Amino acid sequence: MIEVKNITKVYKTGDFENKVLKGISFSINEGEFVAIIGPSGSGKSTLMHILGCLDTPTTGQYFFEGKDVSRFSDDELAEIRKRKIGFVFQAFNLLPRTTVLRNVMLPLIYANVSRSKREKIAKKAIIDAGLKEKHFYRLSNQLSGGEMQRVAIARSLVNNPSIILADEPTGNLDSKTGEFVMQTFEKLNKEGRTIVLITHEKYIAENAKRKITIRDGEIIEDITNGISKSVQQIKE
Amino acid sequence: MFITDLLEESYSAIFANKTRTALTVLGIVIGISSVIVMVSLGQGATSSIETNIESMGSNLITIMPGFQRTFSQVTSGRGSAQTLTIEDAQAILTEIPFVKNVAPELSRRYQIISKGKNTNTQVIGTVASYQDIKNVVIDEGSFISDQNVLNQAKVAVLGPTTRDDLFGEGANAIGETIRINGINFKVIGITKPKGGSSFGSQDDIVYVPITTAQKILAGVNYVSTISVQIQNSKLMNQAKLEITNLLLQRHNITDPQLADFNIVSQQDIIESASSIINTMTILLAAIASISLIVGGIGIMNMMMTTVTERTREIGLRRAIGAKKSDIGLQFLTESVMLTFLGGVIGIILGILISYGITFFTNTATKTSLFSIILAFSVSFLIGVIFGYWPAQKAAKLNPIEALRYE
Repeated sequence: MIEVKNITKVYKTGDFENKVLKGISFSINEGEFVAIIGPSGSGKSTLMHILGCLDTPTTGQYFFEGKDVSRFSDDELAEIRKRKIGFVFQAFNLLPRTTVLRNVMLPLIYANVSRSKREKIAKKAIIDAGLKEKHFYRLSNQLSGGEMQRVAIARSLVNNPSIILADEPTGNLDSKTGEFVMQTFEKLNKEGRTIVLITHEKYIAENAKRKITIRDGEIIEDITNGISKSVQQIKE
Repeated sequence: MFITDLLEESYSAIFANKTRTALTVLGIVIGISSVIVMVSLGQGATSSIETNIESMGSNLITIMPGFQRTFSQVTSGRGSAQTLTIEDAQAILTEIPFVKNVAPELSRRYQIISKGKNTNTQVIGTVASYQDIKNVVIDEGSFISDQNVLNQAKVAVLGPTTRDDLFGEGANAIGETIRINGINFKVIGITKPKGGSSFGSQDDIVYVPITTAQKILAGVNYVSTISVQIQNSKLMNQAKLEITNLLLQRHNITDPQLADFNIVSQQDIIESASSIINTMTILLAAIASISLIVGGIGIMNMMMTTVTERTREIGLRRAIGAKKSDIGLQFLTESVMLTFLGGVIGIILGILISYGITFFTNTATKTSLFSIILAFSVSFLIGVIFGYWPAQKAAKLNPIEALRYE
């Protein structure tokens, strides 16, 4: 469903070139639960931004459902994000002092979904994300961290995305609530959602069926259900 | 993004911080309301002057004496000529076809005495047609008749203020005797109050037959003004020209530059008075609009702060699919909404202040639809102008950096 081919990302500051990604290739199929693991500075965040169509690679190709989006314009990328991608961030990024329902409905505003449909879709997503009806009209700043992250997950579901990108979703949570959030992802994966998890903590990645480890801008390991592809295979 | 959503998003963002919004909007409120008040004061003054002048009669041309030409090099002051006569007035009426009516008048100030009370006021010697030309309305009794003029009758018509001064407020004065310059006059009529003060009260006045004023009171045979009423306002300029030619001919003057009279139409007076007031209004409105600019800068300042504060929110909106233009439009809508809100409150406040001024100080004010529409569009424009830069700043934020912003 998504495929990256030999993508690189170079940041230029003056004369100094910083190669963050040095030719990464892999593909993710529908229904997969992939964890991208790497220490900070490994380039995993940059990779996630490219996968999430927030950024474009310096070279290489990125096929999203068959379309090469690596040279898309800003507005075209926004369109892909709007229709096909759901984001979950480490810091939740909810609108403060706003009800849970309004937060979850936010992506539908940009997708021009009619008002009557919005509420229905959002309420279902909130339940799907493991919250209850009593949460609908709570203000976002009155929730616990775990609840906030599940609101964010609900928000990522409303546009029925092809892929959910979660960037360190448990980073701001204690291990118990973190575990609960991970269970939510597992449940969603079982329902057929494609999930890409970015983390630097190995035990979080244990929940995923496939683990891609990157270091210094390169993939060093790609394990699916315990079976590792060799580095040579990856390069091909 | 639907327009209703855009408005709702902007609305909830603005009202998230009510104190800050209120203080920022206050700048616009003060600016808009002061512009409204200034303009309505100006327009009030203009229209009160217009009604004042129009109450003196419509389609009016006034002929006034000019320089007295002498054979020496000495030129007397303007208005000193003593060459306008009742016969000139008659000639204008009979020889120029579209003249409806003429009224010569001789105006002087005299001490007037009645039963121990006295006053000093303007005495106008005139003819019967004056009543029609100058819209003089009789309250009781009658105005000067042609017969009175012919007979040099010693009769007087009093303005209500003069009546009050001489006989006490609202007293019946018809048939009473007053002494003007030591000569007895019988009061035959009282006029209705006309109001107006800008060009001398028309209520503090005494009318007598012109012949009486000339022969008995002043001992002269000229008149101080001739008022000419024209049938149609479109013929005013032509009338001015023909009257000039006729009078030049009657006064044996060949060079129009040396004319011993001046012709002023009512329109001329209204125009010159209005142009002075308009200049004043523009000046005042310009000063008031400085406060609008200051208010606009306040809006820009608040929007800049908001954009910085809401950087992460902007990042999130971009991540869930908002285009640059969506973000720019949202912040522009917010600033326009702020200034529009300020505009609405400012207009209401301005109208209230205008009413207050009229109510407490009796100064005429007039809030026109034009000034309201102007204020609305100005406040809209301020929102766009001062909101544009912050909106651009918001739109240009890099979504990745915005999401990470602490």
